[in-house]
Amino acid sequence: MPDDIRILSTELARDPQSLVFLRLGELLRQKRQFEAATRVAVHGLERHPHLADGHDLYARILADRHDYERAFDEWDMTLRIAPQHTGALKGLAFLYFKIGDLAQAEAHLQSAARIAPDDGSIAQAFAVIRGGEQPAAGAPAERFEPEPASVPADAEPLPVESPEDIVPPVPDERIFAGLEGAEEGLLLLDAAGLVLGGALKTREGADVTDRVAAYLAGVSQEAGRTARLLELGGWRGLSAEGQGGHVYVAQPTAASLLLMLRDRSVPLGRLGLLAQRAAQAARAWLERQR
Amino acid sequence: MSGGSAFDSALDAVTRVRGVRGAMLVARPDGLVVAEQLMEGVKGGAVAALAASVTVRLQRAMGTAGLGSCQFWHLQCDQGSLLAVPVGDAMLVVAVTEPEVNVGLVRLELLRVAESAG
Repeated sequence: MPDDIRILSTELARDPQSLVFLRLGELLRQKRQFEAATRVAVHGLERHPHLADGHDLYARILADRHDYERAFDEWDMTLRIAPQHTGALKGLAFLYFKIGDLAQAEAHLQSAARIAPDDGSIAQAFAVIRGGEQPAAGAPAERFEPEPASVPADAEPLPVESPEDIVPPVPDERIFAGLEGAEEGLLLLDAAGLVLGGALKTREGADVTDRVAAYLAGVSQEAGRTARLLELGGWRGLSAEGQGGHVYVAQPTAASLLLMLRDRSVPLGRLGLLAQRAAQAARAWLERQR
Repeated sequence: MSGGSAFDSALDAVTRVRGVRGAMLVARPDGLVVAEQLMEGVKGGAVAALAASVTVRLQRAMGTAGLGSCQFWHLQCDQGSLLAVPVGDAMLVVAVTEPEVNVGLVRLELLRVAESAG
């Protein structure tokens, strides 16, 4: 495979317009060389912005990097360009499955099955969904996607992330020590929505940390865009009132997001103060990690 | 400010609050403006689309976290705020404000509009 990468890199350097970037990007992705794969995909898309396979490649890389929000956007773009793109349909199905929206996941897989009835990976994906099996933490999109035809048959097997490779979130007390309610309803995320610390559970005890994190990464981006569009400067916080409780989202740093949840007995204004204090603690903790 | 629809008088009550630069009634989930009372320079259409998008994502996050549906949200920025109240699943009332504004009062007026539009 390294030889293939070298050959394809040389070919792409000789002809930057070449569509060989698709194969090169895919090989790099499979080698988990995500930085390089991203560069290849982004440069390819700069030259071929309306190439559906280019957006699909970039979405796969983003999904492997757990940047699900942007992966969603890229697969969405793929389908706008090529509505019959089964890779994008399976990719979106995977993302819906990941956040627990099984109806949407199944609907996307059904669309893919109508287009490619002989694609065995779709049946496998259906089995995963209906069996309620959780997708692997690493290289997840492959669960729903076939290997591209352009990949050599003797390619190295895709490395599967072992449980030991997964870095567990930092216990709350290390980040939020001394803060009121530090043991519950506090979450610190990085810019891509990955959990750095804390956890969220419903009243019934179900762990919803990852799903809420995935939604909130998107909220943060939209909040930033809205503030820029209205020329309101930087955004400081987003508070929301729900039937069963309140939530406050703050940005301890440009590349992190803090979420605080409390029941309705904590007024929204007080929640804002608590969250800003937690953001300060998180900021200090993030500084120490550098 | 523009006017003309039956919703405009309801939005008037919001824009009368000192520090409010405009108010809008937005269709969900498509983010299109139904009625607006905006000061010049406020990009209504784009704000409506983004406000609808923020609402959808907040609704999903809050629903998943067991907090129920979102009834009000407030985006605080250095030079102003955006406040919104969902009206069922169909609409959203939005206000754009200066930094110095009585948020509680704006919230009350938005809730009143939501009640009359719901």
